[in-house]
Amino acid sequence: MLDALTVAVSVAALALAAWCGFAAFRDQSTKDWHFIGMAVVTFLVLVQLIVGIVQLARGEKAEEGATIFVAYLIGALCAVPIAGFMSLAERSRWGSATVAAGAVVLAVLEVRLHDIWTVG
Amino acid sequence: MTATQEKAERGTRTRLVTGPGILLVWLYGVMSVGAVSRSIYQIATEFGRAPLAYTLSAVAAVVYAFITYTLVRGGEKARRAALVCCAAELAGVLVVGTWTLVEPSAFPDATVWSDYGYGYLFIPVLLPLTGIWWLRRSRTAA
Repeated sequence: MLDALTVAVSVAALALAAWCGFAAFRDQSTKDWHFIGMAVVTFLVLVQLIVGIVQLARGEKAEEGATIFVAYLIGALCAVPIAGFMSLAERSRWGSATVAAGAVVLAVLEVRLHDIWTVG
Repeated sequence: MTATQEKAERGTRTRLVTGPGILLVWLYGVMSVGAVSRSIYQIATEFGRAPLAYTLSAVAAVVYAFITYTLVRGGEKARRAALVCCAAELAGVLVVGTWTLVEPSAFPDATVWSDYGYGYLFIPVLLPLTGIWWLRRSRTAA
């Protein structure tokens, strides 16, 4: 469940990064559709946070420790919304670039989350 | 232009968070959060294992947090302070990066600046360069 979610969030985050990166490339600010995309990605991360906490509560162990695991889950949840708000403050291509960067950060966090959770 | 607008214009410091600046602030913010939480955790739980590495991570965290603050605050003084810190950051990345490569035994665990920031996609070495470029350009514009 958690692995599937991690893959889903990573793919969604990279898609969002490409989409907003394309907007930045075309010299456009973030539009309503981009915000819907950000909402979808954030929703997936929220589900992941809940599933992760439930797994821990049921007694499963994160390989590198529960504290780090939860900290990364919360960090992952914040990344895209904060970048989204910053793109509201900066209505230019650079706002879109910030969201794209935020989505890349999220994808990196997902890779780390996978390492933290899995043995090895 | 209304009186309030005029007042706002006079009161405005040189804004550093416009255009590319917003992306820079975002990246510095991410690095700050990453480095601060990482060093707090490591110093609190396993400081004895690699005191040097964790202390250097903490120094990096403070530098990142300060640069983020000065960028958000804006103004000429903040711009100069940020410029100095970016230079210090660049020096830090180069010195610590070289140090970790030359003498790996001194570092049982990695710092933020190990191997020139390899573990952070080389962002630690690219960020100060872009930062210095942006801060110098902001002066010419002002």
